[in-house]
Amino acid sequence: MSAKPKTKLTAKSAKKSAAKKPLLQAIKLNKSFGDFKANDDVSFQIFPGEIHALLGENGAGKSTFVKLVYGLLQPDSGALLWHGETILVRGPQQARQLGIGMVFQHFSLFNALTVAENIQLAMPPGESIAQLSGRISRISEEYGIGVDPNARVHNLSVGQQQRVEIIRCLLQDPKLLIMDEPTSVLTPQEAEQLFTVLRRFAEKGMAVLFISHKLDEIRALTSRATVLRRGQVVGSVNTKGQTNRQLAEMMIGTKVKDVARQKAPANAPVLFKVNGLTRPNETVFSVALNNISLCARAGEILGIAGIAGNGQDELMTALIGEWRGQQQGVMLLNGMDITQQGPAERRVSGVGFVPEERNGHGAVPSMSLADNALLTNHSLDGAARFGLIDLGGMRKKAAAIAAAFDVRLPGENPLASLLSGGNLQKFVVGREIIKTPKLLIVAQPTWGVDVGAAVFIRKAMLDLVSKGSAVIMISQDLEEIFAISHRVSVLHGGKLSAAVPAAKLTAQKVGLLMGGSAPVTGGSTPAAEASI
Amino acid sequence: MIVMIPRKKVPLGLTIAIPVIAIFLTLCIGAAIFGILGFSPLGALYEFFIAPVSRPDQIGDLFVKACPLIITATGLVFCYRANVWNIGAEGQLVLGAVFAGWVALNFPDLPGIIMMPAMIVAGVFGGICWAMIPALLKVRFNTNEILVSLMLTYVAALLIDWLVRGPWRDPMSFGFPLTKMYSDAALIHRVEIPGVGMLGQLHWGVVGALVLALIGWFVLSRMILGFQVKVMGDAPRAGRFAGFNPNFLTIGVMAIAGGAAGLAGMVEVSASMGQLQPNVSFGYGFTAIIVAFLARLNPIGVIFAGLIVALAELGGDNAQIVLGMPQVVTGVFKGILLFMLLAGETFNRYHIEWRGFAPPLNVPANPVKEQ
Repeated sequence: MSAKPKTKLTAKSAKKSAAKKPLLQAIKLNKSFGDFKANDDVSFQIFPGEIHALLGENGAGKSTFVKLVYGLLQPDSGALLWHGETILVRGPQQARQLGIGMVFQHFSLFNALTVAENIQLAMPPGESIAQLSGRISRISEEYGIGVDPNARVHNLSVGQQQRVEIIRCLLQDPKLLIMDEPTSVLTPQEAEQLFTVLRRFAEKGMAVLFISHKLDEIRALTSRATVLRRGQVVGSVNTKGQTNRQLAEMMIGTKVKDVARQKAPANAPVLFKVNGLTRPNETVFSVALNNISLCARAGEILGIAGIAGNGQDELMTALIGEWRGQQQGVMLLNGMDITQQGPAERRVSGVGFVPEERNGHGAVPSMSLADNALLTNHSLDGAARFGLIDLGGMRKKAAAIAAAFDVRLPGENPLASLLSGGNLQKFVVGREIIKTPKLLIVAQPTWGVDVGAAVFIRKAMLDLVSKGSAVIMISQDLEEIFAISHRVSVLHGGKLSAAVPAAKLTAQKVGLLMGGSAPVTGGSTPAAEASI
Repeated sequence: MIVMIPRKKVPLGLTIAIPVIAIFLTLCIGAAIFGILGFSPLGALYEFFIAPVSRPDQIGDLFVKACPLIITATGLVFCYRANVWNIGAEGQLVLGAVFAGWVALNFPDLPGIIMMPAMIVAGVFGGICWAMIPALLKVRFNTNEILVSLMLTYVAALLIDWLVRGPWRDPMSFGFPLTKMYSDAALIHRVEIPGVGMLGQLHWGVVGALVLALIGWFVLSRMILGFQVKVMGDAPRAGRFAGFNPNFLTIGVMAIAGGAAGLAGMVEVSASMGQLQPNVSFGYGFTAIIVAFLARLNPIGVIFAGLIVALAELGGDNAQIVLGMPQVVTGVFKGILLFMLLAGETFNRYHIEWRGFAPPLNVPANPVKEQ
């Protein structure tokens, strides 16, 4: 162990712990899945009125730990103490009765129902919509969470949907609120609003367990953090006294290498051009794309910022070729019209894709890594001859991707579902980058991925552009956009703003564009882009 | 609390032991039921499992019984792997018999070398045509293929009934709903094994069925087409991402299943009946669904599952004839057999742990304060 964070526990917080009784205490919790120890003697305590961060890489055991607390999993051994008394949490319902609420990373709301109807589904029967709406309004007022009980969920932004989830928890009057990666879908402004709400909870004596990878937020919001690494507690620290780098090092156990964005070459040739892409919306839940134009140049990353639900999925599936309209000549790769090419043909033309969702879109969880390698290689040379799959070759390819992109495998050629999120993402990204595509189009490349893997993936993308490829990165993570893109566009309501050099932008400016409060400066024409 | 944990690897011994245990348990439960109903348990089991396969020629008959099941189930495996729920193989089978019958009855003088391929093509084509109705409706109008294919089964049954009672009836059949007998060239002949001779009714169609299952396995596990089918079934979105065309695949797997069922119908008539009659299938198209799932949607497994189901069918018939056992009892017994085999399959994939009545708690003797 390189870091010795335990010594950093300040005397003050130790005194505080002795004075106050912990709300929840875990003592030597163990949980194994087969041979894999997901939680190894994890001890932990959280006090009333405290906002406590749970930090750790993907696969470090954070999710397992909160699932044990929330009753979704049962520990192999160890004890949970609630107000000092041993408890057995058999299931989420019991957890809620005890006063433990949880907001998951992925929301479980029905788009076609109203807020009140969604909440009613989770409540014990017997309460009318009108009564419930009244309670929802009172709670939202009390905590300053603006949510209209009668709004339909599909009309709400992601941030608002999250508030619905929070209210659903609050109605059960929890003492402890667990939030799993809550800010990954929010604009900086929305995240700040969330923090205000969470601080108010803490003032009222409620404890918040906050899981996040974003170190800035953790330092801004929480007072203490417990860091997990490979299922073990590395230590609990006072977050205020730490730098991002120190926290990150505790998390991954090694020195963190910063990714440095190289300067984009001046006047690099345009590799890929989209000229007035328009896509009507198919359902009430989808977003129409309105006259989208962009160009990607050799040697640079074009970042497309924006909040989820502003046309990212629609743009991505149009760029992949899963959706093709009637238009011609809209997408030009090196001057070749690829508008009517399907995904397989576009790959032959030298484009690689990494969609946002790895499970079931970018990869098939129930299939082996070799089969998943075949998924985006089947149209390329060497994958198949006369319809016959080169199974050995695909196995070698999967192993090569794993070796080159530090994918940790639980066995030889495992099923994709056996890989942790971060490892599978490294595989899905690596599968494309290893081909050295002329153009790589990625969406949310580091979504739900730990710091170590995120740094790795970003570095791999920068290495790719340094070889003269172009990258288009659709991301809702502004930190990421600013960390590695050379130029930035913002997608809002199906319209794309003109690309601006990243150096000339501030987070606030982009945040405003993302929220739609500043005018999106028209459908950018290639001519306008060229002048930047 | 019972916990089921997916196995990462299945030990070879277990793969063999589980079906053996499943069959043993079936025998125990079956014996108990037979005993309660007043039949001699051992005698009944003998009639069920031993008597139908006690002579070499009966083994040949077992394969004959399994033949249409194996052919049809091999095609269905493709559908179900792709998450396309073709329930109408029975109708597709009948249409195969009708199309092949049309060739045989209208061109009785064709030489065997042309007749056989022509009938195979016609049978396959008939099955495909019938399967294309639900397939195209699904692709074009997003109709439910389960309902459409199932309902077309009854249409097919009425169609052949009308044909053999009406336009295609043999005027010399004394009013029986039968067509003319096929010419010799249109019949599938029995296999003559050198030194052994004929093995019951064992015919060349059985050999074809086994080859077809092997081809099915090869396509599914080694070829891009099989890969497309599996991806489309497991993760349709990933299939579109890969660039596979879902409509093309829906039509493709329906054509494979329909074609196979049609072939089974053609083989069944040419090998066992020699003429068309109102009942050319005895529910083979439906039983094949069970066979496909019993085989865990694996074409090689289809061969074994087909034989097991065929044995249960033959044993049931035999027990009814010899012991006068009611049909429902033989039905129950067949059900127990399938249930046990499928349950065993679960143990094959999961490993079961008994964790006591509550999760064990090892609270440390003196809970140490954190850090």
